[in-house]
Amino acid sequence: MALAPERPRIYEGSRIPSPIPTVLEAPQYLRDTDDILTVNFGPNHPSTHGVLRLVVDLVRAVIGYLHTGFEKSMEQKSWWKAITYPARVDYVSFQYNELVFVLAIEKLLEIEVPPRATWMRMLLCELNRIHSHLVWLGTAGLELGAISMFWYCFRERDRILDLFEMVGGTRMHTRYFQAGGLAEDVPPGFWDECAKFVEIMPKAIDDYEALVDRSEIWLERTKGLGLLSREDAIALGQSGPVLRASGVQWDLRRAEPYLAYDQVDFRVPVYHGGDVYDRYRVRMEEMRESVRIIDQALRRMPDGPWIADDRKVVLPPREELHTSMESLIHHFKIVTEGYRVPEGEVYVAVESARGELGCYAVSDGGPRPWRVKFRAPSFVALEATATAVTDALVADMIAVLGSLDTVMGECDR
Amino acid sequence: MKEAHGETTLVVDPARLVEAALHLRDEVGFDFLSDISATDYLGWGGKGVSGYIGTPGGRDLNRPSTSGLQKLPDPKPKRFSVSYHLLAIRSDPARVRLQVWVDDGEPVPSVVSVWPTADWHEREAYDLMGIAVDGHPNLTRILMDDDWEGHPLRKDYPIGGEPVRFSGDE
Repeated sequence: MALAPERPRIYEGSRIPSPIPTVLEAPQYLRDTDDILTVNFGPNHPSTHGVLRLVVDLVRAVIGYLHTGFEKSMEQKSWWKAITYPARVDYVSFQYNELVFVLAIEKLLEIEVPPRATWMRMLLCELNRIHSHLVWLGTAGLELGAISMFWYCFRERDRILDLFEMVGGTRMHTRYFQAGGLAEDVPPGFWDECAKFVEIMPKAIDDYEALVDRSEIWLERTKGLGLLSREDAIALGQSGPVLRASGVQWDLRRAEPYLAYDQVDFRVPVYHGGDVYDRYRVRMEEMRESVRIIDQALRRMPDGPWIADDRKVVLPPREELHTSMESLIHHFKIVTEGYRVPEGEVYVAVESARGELGCYAVSDGGPRPWRVKFRAPSFVALEATATAVTDALVADMIAVLGSLDTVMGECDR
Repeated sequence: MKEAHGETTLVVDPARLVEAALHLRDEVGFDFLSDISATDYLGWGGKGVSGYIGTPGGRDLNRPSTSGLQKLPDPKPKRFSVSYHLLAIRSDPARVRLQVWVDDGEPVPSVVSVWPTADWHEREAYDLMGIAVDGHPNLTRILMDDDWEGHPLRKDYPIGGEPVRFSGDE
């Protein structure tokens, strides 16, 4: 591509500093001169994706500004009530966090989920992946000066939020997934609207690519920057688009299929440059693949119940409460005391928009989680910052940080 | 070694953790550390800690005609567990949970030399759960303030928030 500047290629082997940041110091000879300028980024800076503070003299990443103690709070709530929390952990790909926690409960309960719920979960998660990538593309573009990207991306993002609103009643943090299935059946109007979205989305992605892919500024600021070799990406626990941009063919949807991913046809895009541009390419292609998955889910959505028929775990249908004493008791027990989850510990991982999102849940057999821990891909991605910004300029650091796609809510939890 | 819910848990002695980690990475191919989760089992099986109302010999709540009593969970060997969730990135992927048990203040050797990504995870375990990690290159708090007291995710850490000083209190 003639427009792209000459930049270093992806390196071989490893260059991870130890210890990993909070201290990636400038070399001593530089610090001895007076040429070091300390620049304070954040905690409130438009490009910090929330509240991250970088002290750049040096690169010192100070995280924890958004630590809200989700994991501690969830221990105080019943399993049923705790489902509300995960969506707020990563507020951009909320549906995945809900999914991973619900899957963990279901694994402990060993409860069977009806196929309609499984397919609908997959559909909503892929919608959420597009949503998350759009927010990333919009804000990452904004940080690099591509302001119009933001408006175009948020136009389609709004359509996705409209779809979520139709299904769950709220635009974000839907709490639509329940242990055992879905909270409600899908409203009939949803299918048409979603099909319309599937129709316009590929065209919209073409538009985004037309906006930036031949833009010299965009290429100048993304190519050959923020390099992560294959070895370093694995050693640093990177996952999702960052890992795939470093040439590792790895997607949990393909490697360890959950939901119905083994029944749909999709491609896993892999790039080998390991730079900001390749991470952007991976996300663009993932959006196209997500549209394909949604399209298949729409065509093949099974009929039938949307939630398991297990009155010990699942709320009884609303209309039964007026006529059935048992239903009333079950409803009362689940809402007040919560259902009991058998003793045990599980680790469930799903491929969220940011990578491997894990949930480690421990139950003592009671109605509340003993321990919930999220494996937050943002936390791990920030860990790679120090390696990826080696030798970079301060202005490039924003591009690199943006390309790792971190959400501070999830990082700090 | 335990199998439950389709997951394998390997419990090792803390002193031999690094040895086990190296073996799993080099011989078995677990090149990817997903996560390190520390759990506090203080009060495990006790009344009220997790909304618990059981007795040791209790019955299964979910069986018909029981009166809400339930079996107590199995006792745990020590207060804290630290679980290392490992993944093998290859065509036949595999996961395993490597687990060590320690009491308060007992050190866990660092696995940063085996998986560099453990750096921040171990700092988080130290910060939020107070796990003493031995041989870590930079064991400082990561999410809480540097001068924070206590380890918030421990079971004996009070919930109820931190004291907030209002300007009128001066």
